[in-house]
Order: sequence, then structure tokens, then C-alpha cells
Amino acid sequence: MSAATSLDDLKLGTRAMVASVDWDSLEVGEASRLRHFGFDAGVSVEPLHLGPFGRDPLAVRVGRMTVAIRRIHARAVRVIPAA
Amino acid sequence: MKHSPLVAVVGNPNAGKSALFNALTGARQKVGNYPGVTVERHVGRLTLADGRPIELVDLPGAYGLDPTSPDEAVTRDVLLGRQKGERLPDALLIVVDASNLDNHLRFTLQLIDLGLPTVIALNMIDLATRDGLELDVAKLSADLGVPVIATVAVRKRGLDEIRGELGELLIAPRTIRAGEGPIHDPLTLQRRARDIAVGAIIRETPVRRLTHRLDAILLHPLLGPLILAAILFVMFQAVFAWSAFPADALEAGTVWLGTTIGNALPGGVLRSLIVDGLFAGVGAVIVFLPQIIILFLFILVLESTGYMVRAAFLMDRLMSRAGLSGRAFIPLLSSFACAVPGIMATRTIDDPKDRLTTILVAPLMTCSARLPVYTLIIGAFIPARNVAPGVGLQGLILFGLYVAGVVGALLAAVVIRRTVVKGGGGAFMMELPKYQMPRIGDIAIGLWQRAAIFLKRAGGIILTTTIILWALASFPVAGPGQKQSDVSIAGKIGDAIHVVVAPIGFNKDISLALLPAMAAREVAVAAIATVYSLDAAADEGVQTLAERIRGRWSLATALAFLAWFVFAPQCISTIAVTRRETNGWKWPAFMVAYLFVLAYLAAGATYWTAVAFGLG
Repeated sequence: MSAATSLDDLKLGTRAMVASVDWDSLEVGEASRLRHFGFDAGVSVEPLHLGPFGRDPLAVRVGRMTVAIRRIHARAVRVIPAA
Repeated sequence: MKHSPLVAVVGNPNAGKSALFNALTGARQKVGNYPGVTVERHVGRLTLADGRPIELVDLPGAYGLDPTSPDEAVTRDVLLGRQKGERLPDALLIVVDASNLDNHLRFTLQLIDLGLPTVIALNMIDLATRDGLELDVAKLSADLGVPVIATVAVRKRGLDEIRGELGELLIAPRTIRAGEGPIHDPLTLQRRARDIAVGAIIRETPVRRLTHRLDAILLHPLLGPLILAAILFVMFQAVFAWSAFPADALEAGTVWLGTTIGNALPGGVLRSLIVDGLFAGVGAVIVFLPQIIILFLFILVLESTGYMVRAAFLMDRLMSRAGLSGRAFIPLLSSFACAVPGIMATRTIDDPKDRLTTILVAPLMTCSARLPVYTLIIGAFIPARNVAPGVGLQGLILFGLYVAGVVGALLAAVVIRRTVVKGGGGAFMMELPKYQMPRIGDIAIGLWQRAAIFLKRAGGIILTTTIILWALASFPVAGPGQKQSDVSIAGKIGDAIHVVVAPIGFNKDISLALLPAMAAREVAVAAIATVYSLDAAADEGVQTLAERIRGRWSLATALAFLAWFVFAPQCISTIAVTRRETNGWKWPAFMVAYLFVLAYLAAGATYWTAVAFGLG
């Protein structure tokens, strides 16, 4: 089993499992939007694309959805890369 | 009289809710506003198989009953029966995306727990199948305890079944399952939703999804921005090229109608009012309808295909440099059509400071009302030749004016973010929906609603302003050897404004047009048209407006006028909506002041430069 890392450090196209989300590092509205997107321990995620300027924001597959979030918010999501 | 039953169409963003609403109600719908807020209210009528009418209301898309935006707050308040201007719905039509059940069922579970009679549309089932997903509709219905119907809104599949279910629900409202009662903990809710979603899957064949293949190109770090720039470029070329024929036809038609009616009428005040006031004024505005429709056509197509959000993704980083978010891209792009809906669209920006900054710079985006001014001046002064195959000089100049507006907006945002609206900000969280073919019917409904809004303005505010201006410009009547625009009341007001704007190269006719342009920008064209048709000597006959101004303005003046309109203080509607969206007069006042200073400086710089190059 690989070590946990943060979502924004994951290489594009690497599937991973969310280990935990540091909800307290996010503002209330941001946290609730991430929850609405389905970010939660045990959910499968995969970074798909990076913004063309400064590698920000990230397009991430969460479950069956693709969402765009900024790097700074992706940092709050701890993931375990699939083997 | 008893109301017909009210059914709320509700669901997550991107569930295809509006497409289903359109498919069920067709053109029988009305757009309004909820009182006190600027959230749009879409209602429509639907007739059941037995002839009973039902009222359908399309609620703003939401992720849950814990709102993160004013739109979502309206959805919650309607569902809890505490929204002003809406009664509690008699039943719910929940729309979920068949290929995104694990996410959409969370909100669905919350909605079912409200205890209202409910039917679920399992929408876009065809796209789920395309993605290799096979679902057990009966099991899903059993697990949720409410009827579930597979639908494809864009192909009208499942609509009769929806009507049937709604009919039954409204005859004998059933209390739906008492179950375990409402789930309040968000994670428990999420997990229950996921369990039901997984349980409904019969088979899943992994396929390389179309959306992923398209995103690999459209979100490519190099190709993506190039394609976006190309799309915007084509859009602005098309605004000119495609509209030429219908615009010419409308203009010729208006001139012919004005002349015909003018000849049939006895001379005097009435004839002057109708020919010089009505036809010259309103006619000059209506010819721009083709361009507005073409621009909205592009915006609506980009929106409905799912590309608009990709554009926001590509632009987010650059927007964040200016202190904005990629979310501001959509309101700002909408402001190309009109700043009023653009400013209203800023409600989707969660951060208050991002939002305020976006509102303040939105009027710098070139709205369609400025198009008449741009196209008139460009058409009159810039030769219609190609600088490269397929690239017209006129379109290029127009593109340049749009770019000037965008650059101005970004620079203004940087300055505003560092001075009057400091700190905070920095969220960009959006769903990237699946790509879809736009449906002609949905686009047509959107275009029709936009065109109606434009024509209402042409018929209302603009008509009134034009007639008042005609009166000001027509009295007192000039004696022999005098020019009408010198002696009239309007001429005197213009003289006063002229003192201020003469240094930046504006002549008296322009000064005269600046004040009515505040009512609505396109009135500037109508105002100039009115002045010139009153001044026209009998032997000039009926000329087009472009011919008239070409003889009267220098190129430097024309260029300064264009530069002015890139930054010009916006129309009264924009000021009003800004006041409403910022809850006070402070920000609209600031906005008008800073735009006036910018416009004055830009027009001045342009004029002085042009004169220095001998174009005065």
C-alpha cells in the first residue's frame, strides 16, 4: 500500500482513494461545496487536467463526476494512490 | 378561483432539468423574478391526458437544502413553503442524471424526506447507456419508495409517463414512506445515496467516454486556449458577416416604410414625429436585432454544449491574477450580450468580494447595445476590405474593440482588488458537465426570450427617449438660414455638454447623444439619427445614417467616439441592477464615476493621437 499524499501532488491519470479531507482548513462554503461534489473518505478520485496557466486549477474525477477546483483546495484532500 | 396544481421541477445542476421543463411545457412558459431577489422564476403550463392543467415551476439547480448561493436559497425556500411570491408546491418532479446517481441521489433523498408527492425523472438515460451503464429502474424505484421514470428530455422520451404519474399523484396524493425519517448528517446521507446508486447498477462496461476524449483536446494546455481564442474570434466575425444581409434588408425596409408613410401624411408636426422621431429612431435600433441574435446564438450554444464551463476552467488562473475567479468568466462573457443579465449571473459567485469586483467591471465588457454604435461608426469610416483571406478589416477592428474592453476590465479589476475591494477571495469550484449536442428547440426558446427582451427595450425605453429627444430637438423651430440642431432646446443642452467634451474631439451632435445614451446605449445611434434627419436638407433625400455621419465627422472624432464607448458609463438599467445586487447606491455611484473618468481619458488619448497623425 502506498503512502498518503495530497490530491494536488498526484500525477495526472493516477487513480486514488480519498483517505481524509481536512475540512477545518476550508471555509464553510468551500467545505460544503466539496461535500456536495462528493469528496469523502473512500471515494475514488483521479486528476485529469490542469489549467493551462500555472498548472491551476485542476479537473478531477470524483466518483462519476468531473469537477474543477483550485490547487489550494485540492491540498486539503489526502489520498492513497491505487497500487 | 382555485389555482391549478403547482409542480416544482427540482434537481442538481446539470441534470438536464431545464431541457425536461422545456420539453414538458414547450413555448408555454413565462420568465419573471422572485420578489426582492434577482433569481429568475420560470413557470410553464402543462396539460394532463385528462385535460387538467398543471403549473410547472423550474427551480434553480441545487446540490442540497443547505444553500451556498442565493439561487440555491430560493430553491430551499420554495420547497419549505417560505419563499415570497410562490406557494408551496403540490408535488415534486425530481430530475436526476442517470449517469451521476451517486451524487444526485443525495439531494433526491433530502427532497423525498420533505414528504410531498414525488415522481423522479431518471434523465439522460441514453447518455448513461452510451457510457456503458445499465440501470435497474424498478429496483431504484423500490429503494427510494417513489415512482422513477427513465427519460430522455431532448428526445421527448418518457414524457407521457411523467404526465401520467403526475396525474395520479395529484388525484390521490399518497403519503410517501415514513422510513427512517430525515437524515441530517451529511456523510450518512452521502453513503446512503451511494448505496442506493450502486444497488441500481445492473452492469457497467468501462468505455472510453466521449467527454474524456473531447476534454483531452479542449482542455489541452496548448490547444485548449488556442481553440477558445479561435471560437471567440469566429463568433465576432460571424456577428458581422452573417448579419449583413438581414440587417441591410431591415434597414432598407424601415427606410422604405418611413418614406412611404411620410409621403402619405400631410406635412407638419405629426409627419415629423412619425418619420423623424419614430422611424428614424426605432428603425435605427431594430436593424441590430440580427447581430444580437447571432451573438446570443453563440452564447447559448456554448452554454448548452457544456463548453462554457471549460472556458471558465481555462481562464480561471488568468482571472485569478486579476483578483477574479474563473466563475466570473461566464457572467463577464454574458455581459458581452448585456451587462444586466451578466451582473445578475454573478450570483453564482460564492465569494462576496469576487462577486462585487465582477459586478464593477462587467460594464466594461462590450455589451450588444454598444454594437449598434460600433457597427455604425466602423461601417461609416472603415473600408470593407479583407486584410487576409477571410479576415475582414471591419471585423478585425470590432475584435480589437472587444479586446480593449476585456483588457480594460482585467486592469480595472486588478486596481479595484488592491484598493476599494481588498482581501479574501480565491474559490473556484465547478462541475464539468458531460458534453451534449445542443437541442434546437431549447436554443430557439432562449433566443426568443432574449430577442423579446431587446425588442421590449426598443419599444419601451428607447421609443420614449427617442420621442422626448425628437421634441427637444424639434422645438423651437429653426427660422430660414438656421440649422435646426443649433436653435432647439436639445441644441442648448448639447452646447453645455459640448464644453466638457470638446477637448476630446466630440462635436455637438455627439454631445447631444451622450445624455440619452444613458437611458440605453443603443439610443446614442437613435439620437444621432434623429438629429440628422431633422437637419437634412430636402435635396439630400433619404440617406442611410452611415452616409450622413461620414460627411460630418472627422476620422479622429469617430475613433475617439469608439474609444469613449469602450468605457462609457453604462445605461440606467445597469445602474439599477447594480444598486439592487449591491444593496445601495455606494457601488453604482463609484462605478459610474470611475467609468466616466476612464472613458474621458481613453477618448482624449485616442483623439489627440489621431490628430497628431493628421487624421483630424
